[in-house]
Amino acid sequence: MRLKLVPQDTNFDFFKYAKATFGASVVAMILSIGIWLSMGLNFGIDFLGGTTIRTESAQQIDVGAYRAVLEPLGLGDVTITEVFDPTFAADQNVAMVRIQAQEGAESVTPEIILAVEEALRGLDPEMTFPSVESVGPKVSGELIQTALLAVAAALAALLVYIWLRFEWQFSVGAIAALVHDIVLTIGLFSLLQIRFDLATIAALLTIIGYSINDTVVIFDRLRENLIKYKQRALRDVMNLSANETLSRTLMTSGTTLIALIALLVLGGDVIRGFVFAIFWGVIVGTYSSIYVAKNVVLMIGVKRDWSKPSSGGGTQFADIDA
Amino acid sequence: MLQIPLWNRLFIIAVVLAGLAFAMPNLFYERVERYNDALAEVEETGVTSDAAAEALSSWPSFLPSTLVNLGLDLRGGAHLLAEVSVADVYEARMDALWPEVRDTLRDLRDTVGTIRRQDAPLGELHVRVSQPEGLPEAVSAVRGLGQPVASLTGVGASTLDVRGEGDLLIVTLSEAEREATDDRTMQQSVEIVRRRVDEAGTREPTIQRQGADRILIQVPGIGSAQELKDLIGTTARLTFHPVVGRTDDPQADVASRQMILPSMDEEGTFYILEQTPVVSGDDLVDSQPSFEQQSGLPVVTFRFNTTGARAFGEYTAANVGAPFAIVLDEEVISAPVIRQAITGGSGQISGNFTVESSTELAVLLRAGALPAEMTFLEERTIGPELGADSIAAGEMAALVAFAAVLVFMIASYGLFGVFASTALILNVGLIFGVLSLIGATLTLPGIAGIVLTIGMAVDANVLVFERIREELKTARGPARAIELGYERALSAIIDANLTTFIIAVILFALGSGPVRGFSVTLGIGIMTSVFTAIYVTRLLIVTWFDRARPKTIEV
Repeated sequence: MRLKLVPQDTNFDFFKYAKATFGASVVAMILSIGIWLSMGLNFGIDFLGGTTIRTESAQQIDVGAYRAVLEPLGLGDVTITEVFDPTFAADQNVAMVRIQAQEGAESVTPEIILAVEEALRGLDPEMTFPSVESVGPKVSGELIQTALLAVAAALAALLVYIWLRFEWQFSVGAIAALVHDIVLTIGLFSLLQIRFDLATIAALLTIIGYSINDTVVIFDRLRENLIKYKQRALRDVMNLSANETLSRTLMTSGTTLIALIALLVLGGDVIRGFVFAIFWGVIVGTYSSIYVAKNVVLMIGVKRDWSKPSSGGGTQFADIDA
Repeated sequence: MLQIPLWNRLFIIAVVLAGLAFAMPNLFYERVERYNDALAEVEETGVTSDAAAEALSSWPSFLPSTLVNLGLDLRGGAHLLAEVSVADVYEARMDALWPEVRDTLRDLRDTVGTIRRQDAPLGELHVRVSQPEGLPEAVSAVRGLGQPVASLTGVGASTLDVRGEGDLLIVTLSEAEREATDDRTMQQSVEIVRRRVDEAGTREPTIQRQGADRILIQVPGIGSAQELKDLIGTTARLTFHPVVGRTDDPQADVASRQMILPSMDEEGTFYILEQTPVVSGDDLVDSQPSFEQQSGLPVVTFRFNTTGARAFGEYTAANVGAPFAIVLDEEVISAPVIRQAITGGSGQISGNFTVESSTELAVLLRAGALPAEMTFLEERTIGPELGADSIAAGEMAALVAFAAVLVFMIASYGLFGVFASTALILNVGLIFGVLSLIGATLTLPGIAGIVLTIGMAVDANVLVFERIREELKTARGPARAIELGYERALSAIIDANLTTFIIAVILFALGSGPVRGFSVTLGIGIMTSVFTAIYVTRLLIVTWFDRARPKTIEV
């Protein structure tokens, strides 16, 4: 017997609650932006500059003890996070020590790193430092710029591609869905204060890639059906297209989520933030391709009949020969 | 109906086999790595040692032996991003220009009067003349010293910008020449860093120029970024300066264009030197450790190129009996008195050397000075254990994801799910094959990219299968349904994957480090998954259909 995520023939009316879902999306976006503005993002050293040191020790060391030995060094803002992971051995105690970029230092100072390592060895002489990363404040500023540029460039490229392959209305719908996904992801990162770094930007772009993938598949079917059913209302054709592609949408989201869950649980803590962003993105991306992208297209409407010169499209003089 | 031309079939099979062949060495990673190292060693030295011969025999030479490079985050090592202060060179250029400008203006003494070099902002040469009326003539004479810029963008431009302001003659490098100089400085810096890193003999270091003034240095297997900095950060800038005097007060007042540098051997002794060097290490062509003939003490010999030899010869000929200072990295190594003109362009540096320190200095001098100072903007050290842990975690995650997706696909589509699963396995093989073939570097985010691809790769197949299901409802017979399924799903597959591919390209173009690693596997994964989903599964299904000839099919 086959596993069926959705019955053979579905006939959901995706637009029945269009106002509610679209409204919910808008509210969620506003909430996200609000959270983002009020709580800020937990930027990693990629964006802020500074140093992170990963420590590994056989002993269990209290965060307070870390703080006590680092306090005298007067390094300003020091954050210590204990790391837990199912892939760790029993005697593997890992923590991340993050030190802010030091005032006036253009580049990275080895003295500080040495002093910190020295101080930490006071807690456990056997302590090891599997990774030490420092980013100077100069680069971090540029990294933010390139990151924003990358997201903007991706959106622009997709806008053009979909416009060329479909219609501009589809373009607008797809981009609206993408912005929706990005904003919600940033909102979640801000709410949970998950570290936001270069890898997160890569994750955001992947979300864009996934979400557009999903949207395009539905649009593709919509385009096909619009040609097939010239007389049916746009709303019905959209519903039909979404129903026809529903089982594919859920299948693909399903397999992708399965792979991502495996990474999330077993992939190690180093890439967890990155994987989590994509995981969340796949969920909102799937939602937005159904409930945001199409709603927007429905709102702007789409030109159906190409045999006649555009009529009723807002210009009352279109049929007057001048 | 379901026809695939023979050549088409053969082509598909050939591509798959080639991909798998290139992926296969990665299963025997260590063995192939030893083989490759031995091969490189034999090629370089020409000698086949026993150990090398053994390593060579461990892998058949007719098999492909290219491997996926493991990134620093998987193998451990150090990463540095250095910024080169390219503007440093402008100053040196102006200093070198001064004697020429002086001589030129001296010839015009009647019109410009006396001349005096003034302190000036970095990269500018200011000369004050006592008769400002003669300035236009001086400007045109100094302009004559400039040469046409030898670069594409600066055609027709001169290397020098010369202008007069009041009684000042101001000389700067022209915009075009600055660009050309920056470019040369960067090339030289990259080359020197490469040579120094190579001295350490590590495997596959990455040394890349990034942007206008950055160098990215990644060395796998090195203990820490600090070690790497020590290795490349030693500037070894050698210069020869006229000596004005000695003092024991480091704060002593000196005339303009002079400087005070400490002595390397004698504590508390400082030399007052002319700031403009007679010759600099840039003109050095060779340097060797040696022993002084009379005393038998270790010394370092050096040889200049023709420009350096001429300048050195002229200076020593004119200054017999006067001391000159050999300065290494802002410290005076020694300040011997010139006994006779040194015309041959070679000489020796004596100091308090041991055999080791003379050898070390010779190596540093040979490797050349970095033309400009480097600041480190970013440094990362990743321990090898962390890398190994990451690989293990990544492998585990990939296997579990793989198994789960296979089960899910087979449960959903039955036999067709088996076809899709086969394609998925081949797909991962092909990804590794392509990665090996193009010599890409696999990073941790790259592994995540592959795992994500495992999830998404089935998308094209899902699209096709869903379509076949639909067509089965209306179409005439299963063969037709399969054909239509592939045909009609194609446009969605192309659009969906092209858009994701656009993202991968943008990630690659704008990203760096982890982002790039991810974009490479994502991009390759999209291409191979489209190939396997469209061609390989179709070949499998068609072959099966030809054999079984089912009356009805269930997808």
